[in-house]
Amino acid sequence: MSHALELVLRTVSVLAAFLVLPLLVGQTEHKVMAHMQGRLGPMYAGGFHGWAQLVADGVKFVQKEDITPRDADRPVFKLAPAVSLVPYLVALAVIPLSPTVVAADVDASVLFVLAASAVGILGTLMAGWSSANKYALLGGMRAAAQLLSYELPIVLATASVALAAGTVSLPGIVHAWHPLWLLWQAPGAFCFLLAAVAELQRPPFDMPVADSEIVFGPYTEYTGLRFAFFLLSEYAGIVVMSLLFAVLFLGGWHGPFADTIGWVWTLLKAAAVAVVVIWFRVAWPRLREDQLQRLAWLVLVPVAIAQLALTGVLVVVTS
Amino acid sequence: MSSNQTDPGSPAPKGRGAIPGLIKGLATTARTLARPSHTAEYPDAQPHLPPRSRGVIALLEENCTSCMLCARECPDWCIYIDSHKETIPAPTPGGRERQRNVLDRFAIDFSLCMYCGICIEVCPFDALHWSPEFEYAELDIRDLLHEKERLGQWMPTVPPPPALDPGAPEPAEVAAANKPPRAARPARPATTVRPQPPAAQGDA
Ligand code: SF4
Ligand code: SF4
Repeated sequence: MSHALELVLRTVSVLAAFLVLPLLVGQTEHKVMAHMQGRLGPMYAGGFHGWAQLVADGVKFVQKEDITPRDADRPVFKLAPAVSLVPYLVALAVIPLSPTVVAADVDASVLFVLAASAVGILGTLMAGWSSANKYALLGGMRAAAQLLSYELPIVLATASVALAAGTVSLPGIVHAWHPLWLLWQAPGAFCFLLAAVAELQRPPFDMPVADSEIVFGPYTEYTGLRFAFFLLSEYAGIVVMSLLFAVLFLGGWHGPFADTIGWVWTLLKAAAVAVVVIWFRVAWPRLREDQLQRLAWLVLVPVAIAQLALTGVLVVVTS
Repeated sequence: MSSNQTDPGSPAPKGRGAIPGLIKGLATTARTLARPSHTAEYPDAQPHLPPRSRGVIALLEENCTSCMLCARECPDWCIYIDSHKETIPAPTPGGRERQRNVLDRFAIDFSLCMYCGICIEVCPFDALHWSPEFEYAELDIRDLLHEKERLGQWMPTVPPPPALDPGAPEPAEVAAANKPPRAARPARPATTVRPQPPAAQGDA
């Protein structure tokens, strides 16, 4: 009985975090972008600092008509937003905020998170393929190419950390973490961050959705709530990737009073990463398709492999 | 190792410029983040327009002589003037009657006007003026045709003319009023008096 109750409690808390954190990131993005671009638009709705902007956005999305193109592959088309959203929920469940605050303590949680979050991009592919629209198809193809190129640096960089820690469990990695890792694993962290942004198809890696060239890529045909789900999954992706970055490279709950407020540290570090991700979007121009592939294969993959080799050598030498 | 080592293959393969450029972009946005925005919140806060801004054209009806100069010079032909002549009876018996123009209609179509200001420049009687008021948008384009009553309503919004430059000469009418009255001509000196022929003297 208590076991069942605990299960429900954990599920509900993960669900709550999943519903709240992406909205927080979205709100932050509105405000940070507005400030960075010297705009007042998002500061208007609701009075103080435009706090109601997201509410207004939500109301707008709900009002829109829900359209499915006649030639679309209906089941796939309708399933796509869910497919892109749910994996991040699953991934969020195994990310530890502190040794005790974790919804599901899985052994090989690193592998689990990587596998789960990689499924998310499948939703984009499904959307692009099933929309019966050339722009959507093009966007889907670009998304597929991007997924293939950027999955590798993520996995390699994560493997390096796992190798250094000698475990594939996220709490285990944080336990083994040491401030020196900030220097030692920096190239890997750099690769991971860039690849994560690319995985989320956010600027400057938003070639698949390039709204000025291929309208909105895979999401061209989506309207209303389904479109909002895609947006939500992008923000959920930021949450998952930021948390993952904080746990893998920034030492998760390490910090003063880690025993009591460890989870606050994790959240704070993740929030900082999320702001950096937003910052990238404001500051950098979109990469062209060939530049995007170049960056992945000529920079990120070699750096990640070098990092892995370095980690391997050091681990063997020191142990 | 640092991220600098990834220079060669960085996004823009132009070479050295890419990484500094990216960092500069980050720095610029961060600096803007820390600074308040300078956006003018127009509907909430009225803009401070310079007095010579071209918002709308005001008509001072009393000054207008219906000379039609403005209508003729307007490149868009958007000024409409109707007038008729009235005869003013002579003020004194036996005097001459006078005629004068009476303005019946003066309208400017602001949907055609291009705000060149030529009409205001050419008016010899200072009947047209620029007003900085600009909030007269209409839902129907036909409502942009302002008749002389509406044009006259803009008159109070016309800012006073700018003060004269300190080094400028006085305005002509002031200069004329301030001129000292001309001194009486001095009498011709006696030496210049031509000697009269003696014969005439004898006659008197
Ligand atoms: S401003 Fe120019 S266009 Fe407008 S009414 Fe005067 S002369 Fe015509
Ligand atoms: S130029 Fe001046 S005086 Fe002549 S018709 Fe136009 S507004 Fe009247």
